[in-house]
Amino acid sequence: MLTIHCPNCGVTAEETEFHAHGEAHLKRFGPGSSEDEFEGYLFMRKNPKGVHFERWRHQYGCGKWFHVARCTMTLEVFGSYSAQTVEPPQEIIDAIQDRRPDFAAGPAR
Amino acid sequence: MSDPVSALKNISDDTGLVTISEIGPIGMITLRGDLSDKALVKAAVAAGGVNLPEQGHCNTQGTQGIAWMSPDELLIICAYADVQDRLADLREKLAGSHALVVNVSDARAVFDIKGDHAREVIAKLAPVDMHPDQFSGTMFRRTRFAQVPAAYWMPDGTSARIVCFRSVAQYMFDLLKTAAMPGSEVRHYA
Ligand SMILES: [Zn+2]
Repeated sequence: MLTIHCPNCGVTAEETEFHAHGEAHLKRFGPGSSEDEFEGYLFMRKNPKGVHFERWRHQYGCGKWFHVARCTMTLEVFGSYSAQTVEPPQEIIDAIQDRRPDFAAGPAR
Repeated sequence: MSDPVSALKNISDDTGLVTISEIGPIGMITLRGDLSDKALVKAAVAAGGVNLPEQGHCNTQGTQGIAWMSPDELLIICAYADVQDRLADLREKLAGSHALVVNVSDARAVFDIKGDHAREVIAKLAPVDMHPDQFSGTMFRRTRFAQVPAAYWMPDGTSARIVCFRSVAQYMFDLLKTAAMPGSEVRHYA
């Protein structure tokens, strides 16, 4: 059971009040992109054992979207941050590196 | 004119740990827009008859009030008979603003639960810490009760007012009744 914090309404609750919506920070490839790019955008997802950035929605609460950084192996949640960003903010990277010193922040993909 | 009818015709039950009553119909208006917009706040305060609540709270007075629903949404509560007037007033005042005003009164069901075990009944159904140190005062919470979305606040320490969709009113009533079944006291907060 994950304990998730919603940065939009300030509520912290267990995961059943929320809904996970998959990998975060995907770059959209639409009209004009190559077939490989389009395939990657539509279907190809990371499946890491460890740190993962995800999109979540406060399904039963305020209804807003946000991002969560967590570990897929230990289920540790490092923090949540705004949906209006293309990459994790420094404080989230710091929180992760505090717990996973070998974690290297880089481009999402 | 036809008379408004609440979802369960004001059914009630006092055989369990708390008294459960379906109340209403109650006037409810969803107001969405920029909550930092002074014109919008002014219109909302006029419609709700109370000050703008802080994030995660509600201000209520008698039959009226305002609840903070999300960073861009308020719920205006008033007497059912007053909805049309408040709606018209809000629409007029917000004609120049990027805002949405909708009458949701008939889309909702409202329940009151009263009794010393009110916190416990909620705690059995919602993923919320109902300890008096954690949930108190004017706090307003949108969450789920078992499998359906719901919102509630506690007008006082031993009662709660719960709002859900009208379509799940019977489910909510049965749910509350089950959680308040005689003999099912947990006394976690006692
Ligand atoms: Zn939220």
